[in-house]
Amino acid sequence: MATHVVMPQLGESVVEGTVGKWYKKVGEQVALYEPIMEVVTDKVTTEIPASAAGTLLQILVPEGTTVKAGTVLAVIGAAGEPLPPATPASAAGEGRRAAPAAAAAAPNHPTTQPPNAPTAPSAQRLTPVVARMIADHKIADAELATIHGTGDGGRISKKDIEAFVARRTSPPSPLLPGEGRKIEELPPWEQPGTGELFRPTEEIFGKPQATPPSPSSTGEGRGGGDEIVPLSPMRKAIAEHMVRSKTIAPHVSSVHEAEMSRVIAYQKAHAGEFAQQGVKLTYTAFFVQAAVAALKAWPIVNASYTEQGIAMKRDLNIGIAVAMEDGLIVPVIKHADDKSLLGIARAVNDLATRAREKRLTPDEVQGGTFTITNYGIFGSLFGTPVINQPQSAILGVGTIQKRAVVLNDAIAIRPMIYLSITIDHRLLDGAIGDQFMQKLKRFLEEYPAE
Amino acid sequence: MATMKVAEKAAVKVEARHRALGLSDAQALEMYWYILLSRRLDERMWILHRQHQVAFHISGIGHEAAQVGAAFALKRGYDFVHPYYRDMALSLAIGMTPRDLMLAMYGRQGEPSSGARQMPAHYGARALKIVSGSSPVATQIPQASGIAFGIRYKGTDEVVLTCFGEGSTSEGDFHEGLNWAGIYKLPVIFFCQNNMYAISVPTDKEMPVKNVADRAVAYGIPGVIVDGNDALEVYRVMKDAAARARRGEGATLVEAKTYRPVPHSSDDDDRTYRSREEVEAWKKKDPVLLMRQYLASVGLLDDATAQEYEARAKEAVDDAHQFANNAPFPPAEFALENVWGESRK
Amino acid sequence: MATLTNIEAVTRTLAEEMRRDPNIFITGEDVGVRGGVFRATKGLIEEFGDQRVVDSPLAELSIVAIGMGAALYGLHPVCEIQFADFIAPAFNQIVNEVAKMRYRSNGAWTVPLVIRAPYGGGIGGGLYHSQSIEATYAHVPGLYVVAPATPYDIVGMLRYAFRVQDPVLFLEHKKTYRLIKGEVPNDYYTVPFGKAEIKRAGTDLTVIAYGLMLHLALEAAQRVAADGISAQVLDPRTLNPLDKETILESVKKTSKALIVHEDNLTLGLGAEIAAIIAGEAFEYLDAPVMRLGAPDVPAVPFSQPMQDFFMPNADKIEKAIRKLAAY
Repeated sequence: MATHVVMPQLGESVVEGTVGKWYKKVGEQVALYEPIMEVVTDKVTTEIPASAAGTLLQILVPEGTTVKAGTVLAVIGAAGEPLPPATPASAAGEGRRAAPAAAAAAPNHPTTQPPNAPTAPSAQRLTPVVARMIADHKIADAELATIHGTGDGGRISKKDIEAFVARRTSPPSPLLPGEGRKIEELPPWEQPGTGELFRPTEEIFGKPQATPPSPSSTGEGRGGGDEIVPLSPMRKAIAEHMVRSKTIAPHVSSVHEAEMSRVIAYQKAHAGEFAQQGVKLTYTAFFVQAAVAALKAWPIVNASYTEQGIAMKRDLNIGIAVAMEDGLIVPVIKHADDKSLLGIARAVNDLATRAREKRLTPDEVQGGTFTITNYGIFGSLFGTPVINQPQSAILGVGTIQKRAVVLNDAIAIRPMIYLSITIDHRLLDGAIGDQFMQKLKRFLEEYPAE
Repeated sequence: MATMKVAEKAAVKVEARHRALGLSDAQALEMYWYILLSRRLDERMWILHRQHQVAFHISGIGHEAAQVGAAFALKRGYDFVHPYYRDMALSLAIGMTPRDLMLAMYGRQGEPSSGARQMPAHYGARALKIVSGSSPVATQIPQASGIAFGIRYKGTDEVVLTCFGEGSTSEGDFHEGLNWAGIYKLPVIFFCQNNMYAISVPTDKEMPVKNVADRAVAYGIPGVIVDGNDALEVYRVMKDAAARARRGEGATLVEAKTYRPVPHSSDDDDRTYRSREEVEAWKKKDPVLLMRQYLASVGLLDDATAQEYEARAKEAVDDAHQFANNAPFPPAEFALENVWGESRK
Repeated sequence: MATLTNIEAVTRTLAEEMRRDPNIFITGEDVGVRGGVFRATKGLIEEFGDQRVVDSPLAELSIVAIGMGAALYGLHPVCEIQFADFIAPAFNQIVNEVAKMRYRSNGAWTVPLVIRAPYGGGIGGGLYHSQSIEATYAHVPGLYVVAPATPYDIVGMLRYAFRVQDPVLFLEHKKTYRLIKGEVPNDYYTVPFGKAEIKRAGTDLTVIAYGLMLHLALEAAQRVAADGISAQVLDPRTLNPLDKETILESVKKTSKALIVHEDNLTLGLGAEIAAIIAGEAFEYLDAPVMRLGAPDVPAVPFSQPMQDFFMPNADKIEKAIRKLAAY
């Protein structure tokens, strides 16, 4: 099916644009969203992405020509496909009585006439009553995303919300109208019939749960009623980093357990003394210390895989993942091996605070050689974090729990913690990771009393 | 007795016209009282405006004789009056009080004409059958015919007096009101107080005929011209007009020739459109002066009595001034009242 | 129960009220032996005589001013303006005098007066026999403006007009005079001012229309019902003061409103009703408030295609309903 490339309206007051340059020639392949041309207006100059993937079948407006917004500029389709008439759809004639009749079909057969592609801004807008009902019925954004808008341009209407609420609150339909009797207890010949040969499957099996549209980075297949929250720069950066890390590094994770009695005792004994110096002594400081000790023992973990070879890091810079309201950031404690527990604790305090206040300098989030993520803060026992590239491993710290453990064939209650290590299998093998972790575990379990 | 002597002496010189018109001596003096009271009240209002105590004043000075003469020709409180903004002396003579008028000047609570909604000089009093007027001129003229239509419909012998300046006779309302009155022989007196100027525009630029009364012929009603500064003459012609109306003979257009020796309103400067000589000449025919001279000439008003009248007028004006100045303002929300009748609630 | 046309409802109620109240009289152009150009006062001069059915000079200003004076005197006049288009000469008397008298006299003087005016187009009346004048006068506090559309409402509201002590501008759509028939109970009743009525129940949207447009809106609502669109049709009946409560109650239920009037769009009744809805039912709206009115041209053109273009009709209303329903 051929697709038109149309001159966009670049700004409210802009009614026309000039074709600056065609990047593609007729007959060339174009990818979806690939820039195929440049448009110049008195306000902006911009690239026009392809509205479809395929072959550029025809260029209708040559370079240097100014045309009104809405004018068809080019046709993209399958190679050899016959060209459609180059008239914009909006110019279609409107019969006196035919028009209302055609319009009438829309609200009555919403399923047979899918709403327009959600390019109209109205698709994202909520009318006052819809906004109020969303609040009244405490409909979460995730739920809202599942609602299929039947209004103009896929707008979510009051009726859509009403239908959703009814669906949400109504009990699942009984298999058959059995007045509360357990139908399956009756022999088949005693089960009531309705006398209808064919009944809608929804009535028999209940309505299928509306499936949320699968998220996609391209936006394809998104339901018309989805609320679109623009990506923050941080969210974009996280997404890019995570995808890249998972793409380039084969992740392997293992979990170890450590007893925390001595660390806890030390923390309790010294927290007050640290506090007098304005430092909050958190367990994170101990994990940094432990990581430093383990990294010293296993320098290969403090390295990066490159095509040229394994880059052994000279510095020992420990990144600490800090959760923020709208994402996460990893400030780095530089030269952690040079710091005392007090110094580490102070650095942890300072970086975490300024991270949450978004006052970190770019330098403070760069240069990490190893990362610790403390998901235990939010109650997680253990996890398999994604490596912070270009590092080779990441330490995951779970929540400290008192658990029954077997010590000397006796059951004892001890504060325990799961520690996970995820390694880049390109340069590290499981054995190294586990030995690294044993070193780390011992450091914690044998933490000095004073 | 000194008073008697004056009266005897005067009787020799001047025929007592008021008696010939059926007015008692007391009525003649009462006419003078209203002319004087209106004048002194009016003058005080000018002073209050120049002292920045009140926002606006529109004067009836010079028109007092015409108005009082007309008022005395009516059954006051029985006949209807649909006045215009110069009718201070008329309103006082019908029964409004200086306090009423001063409350209007100050826009205070209890103002009887409009509840202090209208500007001053928009006279109205239901109990006295003085119909509330508006500011667009001449609208009252066809309404007066309408009231007269009601009188005729009910068959009573009430009469309607409506007043206006010669400027108003240029309006279509004047024509339509007189037309109805002529067709249906309505009991209404159209009383034009012709002071020769519609603010600044002289009569010869207002109408192609010499007299407003000349227009009466177009409506099949009598048109009468009278000296508007002579209260007794005005009384005479108005009495005839009222009698005609009561007899069912229809309407009369009375034109009182008079003059306004003061600016149109507190915001006008009449020096821009007329000479001082003209104004000074008319002051010699001042209604207060003429009436006092007449009463003196017939022995009803010696100097001492005249001073007594002045003192009483000043007392009444002082009282009204103080009363209004001390009266409270209406509550602001009062602006919302009397838009619709009870039926709406 | 009697079946009457709109004009019969006017005539019958005038006669009935004149029998009841001797203070009621009628004046206007050709209201006497001619019985009015639309025959609204047909037969009245025969029954009540020329003292109570008074042919006026051809002078709208004084038709109203005489009525006002008579009302001040204590009568309850009916002033007929032959065509609403001709009411303009009386504008000053109506707006500055009739409507302001109660206020300007602090309630001392009142003007119980019924000004009847046939209005509206679609009858080949051209610029000066077709106008809708309601918006101009509905802007004036102190003046009731009513536009009953059915015989039942005409009877009930005309009766009620004689029971208020305030002036009433009683608008009668001339195209409906003989077009619209309806049943009127024999029992006495009135339709108080300021009360709208739901003329057709519905759940999807509210169409607010009065006069001829009410009937066209009902037709359009009937058409779309076949496609499952449930349009509620609300007749405000009184245009000043508007029945805000009923309008808001309806729109709060349906969440969509379309206001239809034959008057041109700008600053018409629709603007006020839309503002009321937006101001007091904003959180209930599921679509922008829609208005359908005549184009902003000075008046209704004479030539048939231009007149048709000017006039809202059932097709246009139907289209608007469908658009709103689909929003």
